[in-house]
Amino acid sequence: MARGSDDRSHRLEAVAIEAGYAGTRVLNAVDLSPPDGQVTILIGPNGCGKSTLLKTMARILAPTRGNVLLDGKDIHTLNTKAVAASLGLLPQGPIAPEGLTVRELVAQGRFPHQSLLRQWTQKDEDAVNSAMSTAGITEFADRAVDTLSGGQRQRCWVAMVLAQETDLILLDEPTTFLDLKVQVDLMDLLTGLAHERGRTLVIVLHELSLAAAYADHLVMMKEGRIVASGTPDDIFTADRLKQVFGLDANVLRDPASGRLVCVPFGARRRLTEAAQ
Amino acid sequence: MSVATEPVAVQHPIRAWSGLPALLAALVGVFLLHIAVGAKPLPIGTVIEALTSFNPDVFDHVIVQNLRLPRAVLAVVVGASLSLAGALMQGVTRNPLADPGLLGLTTGAAFAVVLAHSTFGFTAMAATPWIAMAGALGAAVLVFFISRMVPGGATPLSMTLAGAAVSAFLGTVISLIHLLNQDTFENLRVWLTGALAGRDITLLWYIGPPMLLALIGGILLAPRVTVLAMGDEVAQGLGVKTGVLKAQLLAVVVVLTAGAVALAGPLGFIGLVIPHVVRLYVGSDYRWIVPYAALVGAIYLVSVDIVARVAIPPREISTGIITALVGAPLFVHLVRRRTR
Ligand SMILES: Nc1ncnc2c1ncn2[C@@H]1O[C@H](COP(=O)(O)OP(=O)(O)OP(=O)(O)O)[C@@H](O)[C@H]1O
Ligand SMILES: [Mg+2]
Repeated sequence: MARGSDDRSHRLEAVAIEAGYAGTRVLNAVDLSPPDGQVTILIGPNGCGKSTLLKTMARILAPTRGNVLLDGKDIHTLNTKAVAASLGLLPQGPIAPEGLTVRELVAQGRFPHQSLLRQWTQKDEDAVNSAMSTAGITEFADRAVDTLSGGQRQRCWVAMVLAQETDLILLDEPTTFLDLKVQVDLMDLLTGLAHERGRTLVIVLHELSLAAAYADHLVMMKEGRIVASGTPDDIFTADRLKQVFGLDANVLRDPASGRLVCVPFGARRRLTEAAQ
Repeated sequence: MSVATEPVAVQHPIRAWSGLPALLAALVGVFLLHIAVGAKPLPIGTVIEALTSFNPDVFDHVIVQNLRLPRAVLAVVVGASLSLAGALMQGVTRNPLADPGLLGLTTGAAFAVVLAHSTFGFTAMAATPWIAMAGALGAAVLVFFISRMVPGGATPLSMTLAGAAVSAFLGTVISLIHLLNQDTFENLRVWLTGALAGRDITLLWYIGPPMLLALIGGILLAPRVTVLAMGDEVAQGLGVKTGVLKAQLLAVVVVLTAGAVALAGPLGFIGLVIPHVVRLYVGSDYRWIVPYAALVGAIYLVSVDIVARVAIPPREISTGIITALVGAPLFVHLVRRRTR
């Protein structure tokens, strides 16, 4: 029985979706099917619709056209609490209620696994403890979330989603506020979840080099459309960055790690070029 | 002295159910005491006897059953209802200063009663609870429709604003009626401060069952309130239907507040302050705030009503006055102690 539930992996897929807010359409004909057990990273300029796409995939926003399918079924027709047991979402910039402790916040991640008859169990307790230790926040367990630093808070929210123990994990800018070391640690942790435990992750990132370094599958968005997707090796090029972000940058390969790095050159480089 | 100065650096919130048995015991204690005190003080033994093996031939038993028990029950129900409704309001609006009166319920009730007494000349106190109930529900409906017309619809914020506007407006009209009509004011003075004295207990047979259902519903919904307090998107991601949940919570709040106002008049203070006091001790998880708030609210109102009954015999002070008079300094003291 226990094995059976481990083997089961859920698939999430967006098929030709259009979505937006009160009359204004943001997404246009977006198709996305994050590969199983891999890390899909979504990049694109501010306001291009990354969060909107993530929210639509997580059934928080209903598409005006097209479908979001969970295991082949329209996600909006499924029981929302049952969906929450296989699909976790960290929205962009969540705010914790005043005074809620770290442990209490992380414990809310267990909500989809509980019911009137099934209250708090040892399994819930274990999930919360392990999520807190993975996110490195065990030492703050009894502090109020609103007394922590921005980065510490962000890790609490990540821990909440981890405690949910879902196959599919959607994270909207989980690395904001984190220092570089912690960003790298978090990305290592998240890729570990995908590669070692078969979880499927979709992550919105703004750090381009981090995205190129960690994406199995990279997706670039612009003005509500997906303009490129594939492995970083295939699509993470200077031309594309110029096209999508309007950014002048060199893409180099770090000889030691073999990873791609984006080195922007702004006005300064152009000035020196002009001077020559 | 030594007890008060113990270090309070890291406050571990009371865990789980550990405080509930003690509070239940306290509630039973003040409940019995409430019945025992009065113009003719009765021994606690007699009170228990009257409650467990009632003998209609014993005069003291009749006093307990017919005169004092109803009022004690009323205090429990009203205290628990207002406090629980306040806790839910604070959670659903994410506003720590929210209270049940915020939706215009209490002012609506007061307005209806004042209006009925002044214009239509209703003077029968027996009709008052029903008029109050109608006023509370009418105000709730009015607030709901006003907030529906606001761009963005009936969100907690738009309902709070509409509630504040309706309350302010009706409050002014009440003052106006008072100015124009001295007699109304004389008649309703006590009712308008919130009072438990001389209430018609048969009312509880009608209003009690829905209020009890709402109390149970509120406690069952409490874990979801914490999830809701983390924001709509997080809550929806965790599988909460936020629209449905908010509607359920508002229904619970409306039933409890309208019922409490019908039973005891527009009693303020409890719904705002008791949930805060509870929060100081149990933390910010509504799973615990809500049941504790119900218990502490009941204990508080019963205790306060004891004071109201015995403070200056043979007269009685209106319960609503004592509620805030005793409560405000107590609240300040607790906040100072816990948040050092
Ligand atoms: N709740 C909302 N109501 C109305 N419009 C919205 C709402 N949220 C976002 N938008 C609009 O939709 C568009 C896409 O927003 P979205 O949040 O998806 O962008 P994003 O790619 O996540 O940007 P960022 O990188 O800044 O987070 C923007 O033009 C934004 O103004
Ligand atoms: Mg965004």
